[in-house]
Amino acid sequence: MNQPLNHIDQQIPIALRDELGDRVSGIVELESGLLLAAVCRADALPSAVAWLVEQRKYRFATLVVQALPSGDQLDYWFYKPDNGPWVKLSVRLSSDAREVPSVSEQVHAVDWHERQAEDLFGLVFTGHPKLGDFVLHEEWPEGINPMRPEFNVFKPMVEKEVDPQWRPEKILHTPGAFLMPIGPVYSDYAESAQFFLETVGEDVVRMIPRFFFKYRGVERLAEGRSVREVLLMVERFSGTSAVAHATAFCRSVESIGQVAIPPRAEALRLVAAELERIRHHFGLLSDMCHSTGMIVPSADIDIMEEEALRLSAQWAGHRYLYGLIAPGGMARDFSQSDMALLIAQVSRLADDARLLYERLQFTSSFLDRFEGVGVVPNTNAQRLGLVGPIARASDFKTDLRVHAPYGLYRQCPLEAEALESEGDGYARIRVLFAEVFSSVELINKAMANLPTGAVITPVEAVVAGEALGSVEAPKGAAFHFVRMGGDGRVARLQMATPSFTNWHGFHLAAENFAFQDFPIMMASFGLSIAESDR
Amino acid sequence: MFGWFLRGAGSRVKTTRYPPEFDSNVGISPGRPIATQFASSQEADNAAVQCPTQAITAHDNMADINVSRCVHCMACSHGEAAMKWQNDYDWATLSGAGASTTTRPFKKSLHIRLVDSGSCDAVIQEIKQLAKPYYNMHKLGFFITPTPRHADVLMVAGPVTSHMRLALKKTYDAMPGPKWVLAVGNCAISGCVFAPSFMAAGTVSSVIPVDVQVPGCPPPPLAILHGLLVLTGRAQEAPPHVTTTIAEVPL
Repeated sequence: MNQPLNHIDQQIPIALRDELGDRVSGIVELESGLLLAAVCRADALPSAVAWLVEQRKYRFATLVVQALPSGDQLDYWFYKPDNGPWVKLSVRLSSDAREVPSVSEQVHAVDWHERQAEDLFGLVFTGHPKLGDFVLHEEWPEGINPMRPEFNVFKPMVEKEVDPQWRPEKILHTPGAFLMPIGPVYSDYAESAQFFLETVGEDVVRMIPRFFFKYRGVERLAEGRSVREVLLMVERFSGTSAVAHATAFCRSVESIGQVAIPPRAEALRLVAAELERIRHHFGLLSDMCHSTGMIVPSADIDIMEEEALRLSAQWAGHRYLYGLIAPGGMARDFSQSDMALLIAQVSRLADDARLLYERLQFTSSFLDRFEGVGVVPNTNAQRLGLVGPIARASDFKTDLRVHAPYGLYRQCPLEAEALESEGDGYARIRVLFAEVFSSVELINKAMANLPTGAVITPVEAVVAGEALGSVEAPKGAAFHFVRMGGDGRVARLQMATPSFTNWHGFHLAAENFAFQDFPIMMASFGLSIAESDR
Repeated sequence: MFGWFLRGAGSRVKTTRYPPEFDSNVGISPGRPIATQFASSQEADNAAVQCPTQAITAHDNMADINVSRCVHCMACSHGEAAMKWQNDYDWATLSGAGASTTTRPFKKSLHIRLVDSGSCDAVIQEIKQLAKPYYNMHKLGFFITPTPRHADVLMVAGPVTSHMRLALKKTYDAMPGPKWVLAVGNCAISGCVFAPSFMAAGTVSSVIPVDVQVPGCPPPPLAILHGLLVLTGRAQEAPPHVTTTIAEVPL
C-alpha cells in the first residue's frame, strides 16, 4: 500500500464500474488513488473476484473478516504486481446472516482463508468442497467460534480425548495400502504438525497435512490490547521472522495514524530486515544439508548461522532482533562503529557462503537428492498463489520488495528478483543463496548513504481506522490487517503469513514420491508451523 | 569429497569452552535486566512503567525484576530509566516442590526428547544450536532422541496449547522412569505474552511436573545447556531472583 505510483492503471475504477455494473457499489479511491474500495453484492462476489484475477491479473492478498455490530464484513484484498492500485472488495452481511458464496473455485488461494473463517467465525461458504475442522480440531465443541465478540477469551477450554481419533479418508484401496500418521510429536527437532502419508510401502501416493496444533489465538488475544502489547506478540509468534512481522504491523499502525517515519529509520529497517533474511536463509540451508546427511556443509553453514546470530546480538542486543522495530520508526539508534561492524561481518559471511555454494554445486551426492524432488510447477504456484523463495523457484514473480515496494525499497530497489524455473529442491537452494547475496548488496547500498537525524517519530494518540501493511518476510509476502478502535487499542488484527500461504501448496509437491524423500522435501520447503498456526 | 574433508579439518575448533570455563564471547546471550537501585523512587517507578509485561516492580528506589515474565523486549536496556543488564546465561533454576536433580547413573549420558507445545520458531532454533558446532552438547553426554521411549528428559517449549496438551501428556507417559522435565523459555514457565487464555494453559507445570526451568525469550543455547547441567547436578542453579513466585498478572 501507500507507495507512490508512477504508472497507475487508471482504467481499473472505470473498468470495475463497467464490468461489474450494479453488482458493486460505492467504489471509492482511498489514499490518493492507491486503494480502490468497493462494496460487492454477496451473490456477485465470485464473478467479480474471477474478473479481477483472470482479466486484470490481480493477486489475492488476504481475506479479512470482521464481526462488527452491524453484521459481519468480509474484505477481500487484492494487489497488482505492476504497481496498480490495491483493490478491496467488501461484502456486508446483515446482523444474523452467516452465508457467503465461496470463491475458492475461482481463486484457489482463498481456500484456506475460507476454511479458517468458517472455524473461527462460524461463517458458511456455500459451494466450498471441504469445510469443517481446520483450526479447531475435533476436541473443540461445535458451534463455539472464538473470534466472535461474545466469546470469553480468558476462560480456558478443557480438551477431552476423542475416540476414534480423526483420520483422513483413504482413497487408496489396493492390497497392502495403508495410511501412515506422522506427528504431532516426531523427529528430532520438528515443530508440532501432523502428516498422513498414504502409501503402498515405499512409494507415497499422497500426503495430507494437519496443522494448528500450535494455534495460540494471537489474533483474538490482540483484540482490546494496546499497540505496545500487541507488538510483543507479533514479534514472538514466529520468532525467526520477528523483524518482518513487527515491520508489517508497525506499517499498518503508522498508516492509520498517518505518521511518516524518519528516513534514517527506513534505512535501518531495511538493514535489519535483510540481516534477518540472511540469518533465516542460513538456517534453511543448514536444514537442507542436514536432511541429506551432508555433515560438513551443514556444520559449515551452522557456523555461519550462529555467527549471524551473534552479530545480531552484538549489533542490536538480541539474537533474533526482538525489540528493534517500534511504531514510528526504530526503538534505538546505532553508532558509526556499530554499522561498520555490521557491514564488515555481513560481507565476511557472504564470502563464506559463496565458497560453500561453489563447492555444493559440484557435490553430486548432494545434488542427486534435490534435483527433481518436491517439484512445484509454475501453473500450480500461480493457481495457489504461492509466495516467497518457493514461488520464485517456480518462476513465479512474487517479491513484494520489487512488485509493491515499501519503505526504502522504493529508493534502493532490489536489482533483480532471484528466479529459477525448475521448481524443484535444487532451484529453491539456488534462490536462497541468490537472496543471501542480494541482501548483502542491499545492506551495503542502504549504508552507503545512511541519512542522519532521528530514528523515531512519536506516534501520538492513535486514531481509529484500518490499514493493511505488507512486507516481504524471509519466507515470502506477509500482510497484516489492523483496525484501531477509538480508544487507542487494537480492535482487530489479521495476519496472512507466508507459511500459511505456502503450506497450502505443500501437498501438491508431495505427491508420488519415495518415502525417504519426505524429510528432504520438508527441509527444501523450509516452512514454519509457528508462523502458519499463529 | 576430499575437498569436504579438507574443509572440515580446516575449520578450527569452534566449540565453546563452557563448562568449565565461562564463555564471554560477544552475542551468545541477549542478557537480562537485574534488580537495580535508582536515585529516587520516581525513577524506579519510571523503570517499572516502561516494562510492557509487568516484569519490573518498584519498591522505594529499588526496581525488582521477575525474570519469568521478562521477554527481552529491550525497552529497559536504554533510555533514562535504564535497568542494569547482566550479560550472563546461567539462568536455570530448580522448580519449587518436588524438584530433583538426577541420580548418579544419569550424570554423563542423558537422552532428551523435545516437545514443541506451541513455541515460536526461535526457541526451537536455539535448541537445535545445542547440537551444532558452536555448542556441541554431545561432548557433555547429552543427546536428542526421536522417541520418548528412549528419553530420560522431556524438554518442553511453548505455552501448552489446548491441541498439544494431550500429545504432551501422552509423550510424558510414554517415557520410562525415572524421568525429568525441563521447561524451556518463558512461554513454558509463565505463558508470558500468550497465556493463560482460551487456547493455552500457560504453564507446563499445570500438565506435567517440571524439574528445571530455563527462563528467557528465547533462552540462548548456553542457558539451555546450563539447565541440563543443573538437572544432572553438574552446575549450580541460578541464585534465586528477587520475585520467585509467578505473579498472576491479569491479561
